[in-house]
Amino acid sequence: MSLLWMAWTWPTAAFFIGIFLALVSMGVWEYYRPGGAPRRGILTLDTTRGDRLFISLLGSAFIFLGWLGLFGTPLWGALVISLVYGYSVFRWV
Amino acid sequence: MATKTTNQKAWLFVIPVVLLVAFNAVIPLMTVVNYSVQETFGDNVFFWEGVKWFEQVLQSERFHAALGRQLVFTSIILLVEIPLGIAVALTMPRKGPWVSVCLVLMALPLLIPWNVVGSMWNIFALPETGLLGKGLNVLGFDYNFTRQPLAAWFTTILMDVWHWTSLVVLLAYAGLCSIPDAFYQAAKIDGAGRWAIFRFIQLPKMKRVLTIAILLRFMDSFMIYTEPFVLTGGGPGNTTTFLSIDLVKVALGQFDLGPAAAMSLIYFLIVLLVCWVFYTLMMKDEVE
Repeated sequence: MSLLWMAWTWPTAAFFIGIFLALVSMGVWEYYRPGGAPRRGILTLDTTRGDRLFISLLGSAFIFLGWLGLFGTPLWGALVISLVYGYSVFRWV
Repeated sequence: MATKTTNQKAWLFVIPVVLLVAFNAVIPLMTVVNYSVQETFGDNVFFWEGVKWFEQVLQSERFHAALGRQLVFTSIILLVEIPLGIAVALTMPRKGPWVSVCLVLMALPLLIPWNVVGSMWNIFALPETGLLGKGLNVLGFDYNFTRQPLAAWFTTILMDVWHWTSLVVLLAYAGLCSIPDAFYQAAKIDGAGRWAIFRFIQLPKMKRVLTIAILLRFMDSFMIYTEPFVLTGGGPGNTTTFLSIDLVKVALGQFDLGPAAAMSLIYFLIVLLVCWVFYTLMMKDEVE
């Protein structure tokens, strides 16, 4: 079966591998240091670790899109904001 | 102390669903992501373009206009259909032989395929021959949905309201039917008026089904394609070209797969965000 039609590139493959590894590491994290049960954060939402991963990924996607729309490339600024955002979500949300 | 039995083997039953979702959602999504960073001229030959298409789409007037039209359309649809649906549900009988008649009548528009709804309304609204179009013109209104943007919007919205309000009605009606009589009796004893009953008993009890109704109507109207495509074809000009119609024009009309892929990913992210917000709000109420 040829995968030519899917038009894979290394950067997009790395992107999906990254997401897959994030999911796996969430599982490993939960296995060794359980604590993924819902807790209430500053948004008054009950979120598990998985929820917080989802919120950080979705939010980061919008941060990158917003940066592209407003400033264009390069995207280092968006990366920094996303990392800070992701850390804040895991810490306080 | 009773011990809770846990059987992780149940997860195996999820495998068929995971496979199904992988084939009909994840793999196509991955392909779209791959397309969105490349340029192709066919023959499976691709050239790396980076985030160029995303930048182009996000900064294009055309995309902003289509997104704006889409948001206006969805807002109008929700503002009309939700109150109208509640109002109709409130007037529907709760007991007796008319219940089934009303329910079947309400379900009828939902059973009609989308392209048929589009053609029906196209014929119905034609200014020369259609009952609605001709009728409005006879009454003295200058109405021609194939030429006037406002008339095109009016017809598209009317069509959607006709097609989908019943869904809100049925959901709201289900919510109303689940309220026990005791609530109404208590309200009667307290001397509550019609408005008080609606505000403090019926509306809170309908909250969950209404959240579902709003979510469904948001999703469907945000992704609407067939009905306006058949009715107006996105015209006159571009005035009823909503996001999905524009997307198909870019992807299949111009065969610009890269920009179309970038556009659909942005579209997908917006839908995902709104769904998450609605879902979270819904679950929040349930927990509380």
